[in-house]
Amino acid sequence: MLGSKAGSIEAPAIDARGITRVYKAKPNDVVALAGVDLEVAPGEFFGLLGPNGAGKTTLIKILTTLLLPSSGTARIFGFDVATETKQIRRIMNMVAGGEQSGYGILQAREQLWMFSQFYGLGVKEGWQRVDDLIDAVGLSEQRHQRVSTLSTGQRQKMNFARGLLNDPWVFFLDEPTLGLDVAAARAVRELITDWRAAVPGRTVLLTTHYMAEADELCERIAIVDRGRILAIGTPAELKRRVQHESVFRLEVDRLAGGPSALARLPGVVSAAAAAGRTGEDDPAARQTVVINLVLAEDAALAGVVAALGGLDARIVALTKSEPSLEDVFVELVGRGFDDDEAEPTRTVGDDEAEPSSEPHEAGQPEPDEGLL
Amino acid sequence: MSGLEATKSAASRSGVPGQAGRRPPRVRAFVGAPSSGPRESAAWTRRRIVANNLHSVVGRAYPRVRGLTREPSWILFEMLLPFLTTSAFVFVYRALDAPPSYIGFVVLGGAMSAFWLNVVWMMAAQLYWEKDQGNLELYFAAPMNLMSVLFGMAAGGLVMSSTRAVVVLVVATVVYKVSFSIDQWGLLLAVFVLTLAALYGFGMMLASLFLMWGREAWHMTQLMVEPVYFVSGLNFPVGRLGMLGAVAIALIPLAVGLDAMRQLAFASTGPTGTPSPEIEALILIAMTIVFTILARWLLHSMEIRARQEGRLTVRWR
Repeated sequence: MLGSKAGSIEAPAIDARGITRVYKAKPNDVVALAGVDLEVAPGEFFGLLGPNGAGKTTLIKILTTLLLPSSGTARIFGFDVATETKQIRRIMNMVAGGEQSGYGILQAREQLWMFSQFYGLGVKEGWQRVDDLIDAVGLSEQRHQRVSTLSTGQRQKMNFARGLLNDPWVFFLDEPTLGLDVAAARAVRELITDWRAAVPGRTVLLTTHYMAEADELCERIAIVDRGRILAIGTPAELKRRVQHESVFRLEVDRLAGGPSALARLPGVVSAAAAAGRTGEDDPAARQTVVINLVLAEDAALAGVVAALGGLDARIVALTKSEPSLEDVFVELVGRGFDDDEAEPTRTVGDDEAEPSSEPHEAGQPEPDEGLL
Repeated sequence: MSGLEATKSAASRSGVPGQAGRRPPRVRAFVGAPSSGPRESAAWTRRRIVANNLHSVVGRAYPRVRGLTREPSWILFEMLLPFLTTSAFVFVYRALDAPPSYIGFVVLGGAMSAFWLNVVWMMAAQLYWEKDQGNLELYFAAPMNLMSVLFGMAAGGLVMSSTRAVVVLVVATVVYKVSFSIDQWGLLLAVFVLTLAALYGFGMMLASLFLMWGREAWHMTQLMVEPVYFVSGLNFPVGRLGMLGAVAIALIPLAVGLDAMRQLAFASTGPTGTPSPEIEALILIAMTIVFTILARWLLHSMEIRARQEGRLTVRWR
């Protein structure tokens, strides 16, 4: 699948074996990762899905060479994260949600150019790349605006432009849409997919606790909880783990005998009237009948359709209900993402940071301007 | 089919929207530079590594230099306040009928204080602030050597401080009619440059230490300012401090540099009870080398420790 740009790629983009990470803490050490095995192929869009404190960020820190594993090994395109950091840093980049990096007093264009110099671009090459990326991420009108005045969504677009400056082969995204409104989050997701699709071989590792986001973007997903990977697979594969029966939502113009007329058919586990809805799509307003239909297998649907014909009922709508990734998580873990017990111990390295309260020196730039 | 066309085609096949003009044109930016593969992209030549580090120095100096023009009010305060401090000492010495050279000493000290403040606030404590702002982990995750960032901070800081120092020196010299008696211009210039090199080397070393001390860095910074002013003899000849002054000359770049510059700028003053400017220049050279090596070693040690303990990645640690 790899094009000419990818060349001969033999090593996995990400190869982690038996990764553990323990933070020294009082009174007890905190186990952030407890034996993670992970292999991501070149060009793959891979997601780490889990609640806060699951160990996602810690794993990303290890893979981006910012943190050493307590045990185990990890390689990025064959380069060891412990010993070959420079090589890895030349071909990867990362963007985190809520990132406030840089200096607020600089204009967006200037800030990006500064980072381009760190990533190995020349002076003119840097400006050219920055201008291209600013247009590409949709910040053309903000290019000369101070970073401190950008909105959260604009700032995150700028962060994306920063992350793409060195044209990384592996792009680590840690909760990239955290705190963004719906439109901004959609824009960011479009950026990711467009960038990845532009050149075959580009690999993305995304951590998120937004299940719809993982479902939409990722080719494969690892569900992580308490430092362990509980399951890996495509979204469809993961959902099949919990989908033991086929569930349909059936809307018909009339149904003599009600749902029970269908419940007796072969392969039908249950047929019950669906709860009413309100709004423009309200079936009650259309005077139709809506039924939740549970079948032992999809094939039983043919018998239902035939039976509806016999009952002189016309099908208005038929949709298959898919289990969500949350259903998968609940099945695997026994609780939901938002349950209180999702984070029984504070996992150092994930999300929580004590707010800074240092005094501010007279004559120094204001905090939102950044300390130059 | 060209690479761009192939890419467009690939994007189209993969169902990626955005190529038809509804969204911003992304193809050129997202295709990026040609590359044969990730392992080849990671193999940089020595020349490219050197260029990356030099560019990083420029890149990190950029916000400091740019900041000068962006907030002119800073410049006013940065110059006005030290000038007032210097003026206070000038009036004290005049009231005490001190020798005229003391006025010159104070003016020179006032000018050099700009560099010391810059080293303490914008070098020593800077990496800690960078960590707090979330920049540090991006610096560590970038391919350049972190020493380049420190050199960049120093270079940018030098530009900022030099502006302030020159203004204080010129204005105070004119207002208070300071008369210099300089016999060795070349040596004076060399000592000035060496003082800055040693001073910023000292700052780079402190930056690594402060990063390790975490939150205490702020307090350490505050603690260092006034004592160093005192033992460096910012507003009086350091020779007056006797043994304490000798220790300061041996350890603190500001003390030795300032003393050497005073000896050279006010040659007619006579013996100061301190080593000759030539000896002090050698001390500054030694300091520059030692501080720079120590900074490099500390930074490397700090990175290892940070990666082991998570200090880089957790802001409150």
